Parts: sequence; structure tokens; C-alpha cells
Amino acid sequence: MTTQDILHETLSALTANKVRTALTMLGIVIGISSVITLVSIGQGAQGSIQASIQSIGSNLIIVSPGATRNFGYGASSGRGAARTLLMTDVEAIESQVQNIKAISPEIGGRYQVTAKGTNTNTSVTGVVPAYTTVHNVEISEGSFISDENVASRAKVAVIGPTTSDDLFGTGADAIGRIIRISGLDFKVIGVTKSKGGTGFGNQDDLIFIPLSSAQLFLVGDSIYVTFLSISASDASVMKPVQDDITALLLSRHKISDPANADFNVLNQADIVATASSVTGTFTILLGAVAGISLVVGGIGIMNMMLTTVTERTKEIGLRKAIGAKRHDINVQFLSEAVALTLIGGAIGVALGWLASYSVTSLGLLETSVSLSSILLAFGVSAVIGIVFGYYPARRASRLNPIEALRYE
Amino acid sequence: MIEIKKIAKTYKSGDMETPALRGVSFTIKDGEFVAIMGPSGSGKSTLMHILGCLDTPTSGSYLLDGHDVSKLSDDELADIRRNHIGFVFQSFNLLSRATVLRNVTLPLIYAGVPERERIKRATAALLSAGLAADRYNHMSNQLSGGQIQRVAIARALVNNPSLILADEPTGNLDSQTGDIVLGTFEKLNRDLKRTIVLITHERDVAEHADRIINLRDGLLIEDGNSHTKRTAKQAQ
Repeated sequence: MTTQDILHETLSALTANKVRTALTMLGIVIGISSVITLVSIGQGAQGSIQASIQSIGSNLIIVSPGATRNFGYGASSGRGAARTLLMTDVEAIESQVQNIKAISPEIGGRYQVTAKGTNTNTSVTGVVPAYTTVHNVEISEGSFISDENVASRAKVAVIGPTTSDDLFGTGADAIGRIIRISGLDFKVIGVTKSKGGTGFGNQDDLIFIPLSSAQLFLVGDSIYVTFLSISASDASVMKPVQDDITALLLSRHKISDPANADFNVLNQADIVATASSVTGTFTILLGAVAGISLVVGGIGIMNMMLTTVTERTKEIGLRKAIGAKRHDINVQFLSEAVALTLIGGAIGVALGWLASYSVTSLGLLETSVSLSSILLAFGVSAVIGIVFGYYPARRASRLNPIEALRYE
Repeated sequence: MIEIKKIAKTYKSGDMETPALRGVSFTIKDGEFVAIMGPSGSGKSTLMHILGCLDTPTSGSYLLDGHDVSKLSDDELADIRRNHIGFVFQSFNLLSRATVLRNVTLPLIYAGVPERERIKRATAALLSAGLAADRYNHMSNQLSGGQIQRVAIARALVNNPSLILADEPTGNLDSQTGDIVLGTFEKLNRDLKRTIVLITHERDVAEHADRIINLRDGLLIEDGNSHTKRTAKQAQ
């Protein structure tokens, strides 16, 4: 039998009972389309989380102060609140660690901020000009904090677009206007470009002031920083830079056991990897749930094929009588099952793609249908056809022609 | 050329052994038209299955065109059926959802004959079976009983078999249509020198053949020229 003959036989068998064929196929359509949709949602979530992590900076290494520990049962002063990261540490890192593109010491907290008749509660961060390089911040109006601002402890501020909208109203020009932080007037000299990010803190609702001004006016001393962001010169040197910083700070703080370190050094790649592994598990979970419906669809195929074999017993007897071998019968019924799953799979892929496209266009989540998930879906549906078609086809091919011809 | 020697077939179910054939021997030469006759239970169906290579005998030998086919495997038997035997059944066994032409080409598909050659041979077979060309693209369930059986005869002819086996071919037809179908067999035998074996339980159907083999209780009880043949000879 040629391929063309097999296709002809398959088509005529499948069109003989269209309703049954369609209903059986529906099981596979639902299975495949839910696999495609759910996996694309999972991958979309993964992508959106990764993007929001990337938006906080590139090749980023974050040093934060850790809990100071005492031996015995002494109280821990807690993370973040600790004043263990000093300005001298920052200078030492800057001068002694290789492959640093930019270093951005930061000091911050949340403050009530007021303008004429309006007020908001937002995060105020003391920064140096290197902040823009490290965190990929771009300015849409005015300018960012300059070295002169830092040197002169100027009372100037750069605000995020959301903060600007909250304080001065949507679309209003904020440059040159005065905001009040902790009882002191700051002049707005710039507005950052919207990052649109969500998730890891809103990157559009914040206020930047010079680091020296924050130390002087908001904190009251100029010895420590609350946060240190470092941009490595290249993704490949992230690990050595991270190790160097850890070693340097350990020796400066005179700590011999790294487990007792009073600071944390985090690598952006680690954060991405952690988030990816979480969303990856989530995707597998979604895929597994959808996979169950695929198996149920496959059992539907087997059920239909067994019915078909019984119904067409006489036809199988005739085919054998006129010279069909076991192999011929086997191939015929197997190709019917595979055709069912492949056509069902194709419709399922189209439907799943449509579903994930609508999820994207409704603005719920930026989903992505990957080629690999389509290929996987097709592969799985072909395998299901073979697996669930195998037993009925084998049964058909082993029928005794005499008994099959007598079957009524 | 068919030579069977001391063919026996015993069916076993559990401890019970039921003999269906108990040593039957005969020879059918090429171009003969033979009827195998007998009441139900005489073993004629079993004999037909063995002659048609659908089954193998428990003992004895069967030479079809010089090949011993009595001990072949399922797939080897399928090969023999494909190349040497054409079947015509009582219940026609056409594929109802396929056209007349498709039904007739089916044996050629399994034999791996190329498509153009298939259609040529199927058309020739349908013409020999006496079916008009305007029916070839009809679905087989749109035909009358007599036409259906002639399509089945064409299907049996198309692979150019050494032997055409017709199992009660008129059993589901009225006597008039039955006569037309039997006439078709006579014509195929007379004009195309086909070897035909007709299995029947009716004497007047068997009389259409030249030779009648009569079975009873799994044994051959009579083998000779049919009455029609004898009268024809006497007339000469």
C-alpha cells in the first residue's frame, strides 16, 4: 500500500461517521489547546517577572546590610535597619575591586511628601549620579542629580512620573516646583522616564535627592548607607566581582566565618534564577493539569477505535481475504488514530494560540507561545495516537479472516 | 491446477474434537468449472476455507499451481490469496462507502499495483463481469443486488487469479438475478478460461458447473460430470 492509498482509506473512514470523528477529536483539541494556553501563560508570567527584575538594573550586584549578631541570646537588630554598611566600605570597594562599571551607594526610606495642597507617601532615596547607570534610569524632563548637587548638599529632587502626577496632577509641568520632604523644601529639577514596571516595587513612584542631602537632612549622619548597588562591567565577571566584594567586606568588618557576615551580597542573576525556578515549577504544574485532559482525550480515541474495529470486523475479514497482511491492517487503523490526533492537535494548537493571544490582547499578561510548545504538542498528540491506537489496530490485524467474515 | 490429497480438518474445543473433513482428495485442472455441493455440516465450508487459503488443513497436502500451501503462516497465506485467489461471497462484502471502481481496485492496492494500471485492470474486470461503464463511479450501496454481485465478481477477477472461489454467490439473490450471476460465471469460464469453484447446497445451482463434487459428513461421496454437461455431450 502506498502512502497515498493509506491517506485515502483513512480519510474515507474518518468521514464515514463525521459526528463521532468530531467528538473524539474534540477531546484532543481541548487537551492540546489547554496545554498550549496554560504553558504560554506560565512562560508569559516568567517573562514578565524576568523583565521586571531586569528593569532594576543590568549586571547588578546588590550589597545590603545584614543583621548584626551577637553571641549567645542577644537581640538581633534586624536586617536593613542595621548600620553595618559604611561610606568607607563603599570607597574601599570602589578603589580595590576590579571590573566595576559603576557603584551607587543609596540611602532611603519612606516619607510623607507634600506639595501645594497635595501629599503622598513615597520612597525617598539619596543617590549619586552613578545611580542612572546602575539602574537604567532615564530622564524625560530636566536633569538628574549631578556631582555638584551631591557636593553642595543641594536641596533638589528628581521625581518619578507617578509621583509627579500624584503631587502636581496628571500632565502638569513639575520642573522648578517645590516639594516638602520631612519639613524641608526641595526643588524639582527632573522627572524620570516611566519604566512601567510592576512587581518589584513601583519604579515610577519615587523621589531621588542627593546622597549627601539625605544623610544630612533626613538621617542626620553621614557614615552609613542603606543600600549599595554595583554594576559589573560584564555579565561574565559578575561572580568574581561578587566574591571580591564579599572577601573585602569580610576582612574590613573583621569577620572570619562568612556565615556570620553582617551584610548580604546578591547577584541579579541569582534573583532571576530563583524567580525563574519558581515560575518554571508553576509552568510545569499548569502543563501537568492540561496533560491530564490530553490523556483523557487519548482514551477517547482508543474507545472510538475499538468501536470502529468491532463495527468493521466484516470489512477487516474481507480485506484479509483479498490479500491484506497483518501489517496492512495494522497500518490502516494506526494511521486513523494518528490522523485523528494530528488533526485534533492542529486545531488545538490554533485554538490554544488564539486563547493565549486573547489573554495578551486583553492586557492580562504578556503570553508567549513558543515553537517548542507547539512542537511538543504535536509530538505528544502523535504519540498519543500511536499509543492509544496501537491496541485497537493490533486487535484488528489479528482477527481471524474466517470468523471476521462470518461476523454479523 | 489444484491438487488436494487426503485433506482432513478437525476442530478442537476443549477436549471435544469435531472432524469437519475426513480425508478428501481430488484434482481440479486449469479452466474447469466445478461445483462443490453438500448439505450443511458436510464440510463444504471448511473445504472452501482451505481451498481459499483462509485456513490450513490438520493433515493432508494442498498443491496450488505446484506450491504446497498447506503449512504456510498467516502472512504467507495472505500473499497466496492476493496473487492466486479471487473470492465471491454470499453477502457480497463490498465497502459501502467506496465507489464501484475503488472496490474493484482494492486487491490491486494490496498487491502494490500502480494507480493507472489499477484503473485499467479494474475497468477490464468490470466489463468482463458484465457491468456497464456508467456505474463505475457510483457508490456500491446505490446498486441492485445483481449489480453488486457482479462488482464482487469483477473484484475477484482483477488480480488475475488461478482460482475463483464463489461461496453461495446466489444465496442472497432472487432466482432471476441469481441466473444472471451464474450466467456470468459460465461466460467467464467459457470465454476467459477461468477456473471457477462454486460452493452451494442447491442442486440446480450446482448444475451450472461442468463437474460436481458432492460431500457428506466430511467425505467425498460423488465426483463426476454434471447433468448439464452429460446432456451436452450426448447431444454432440
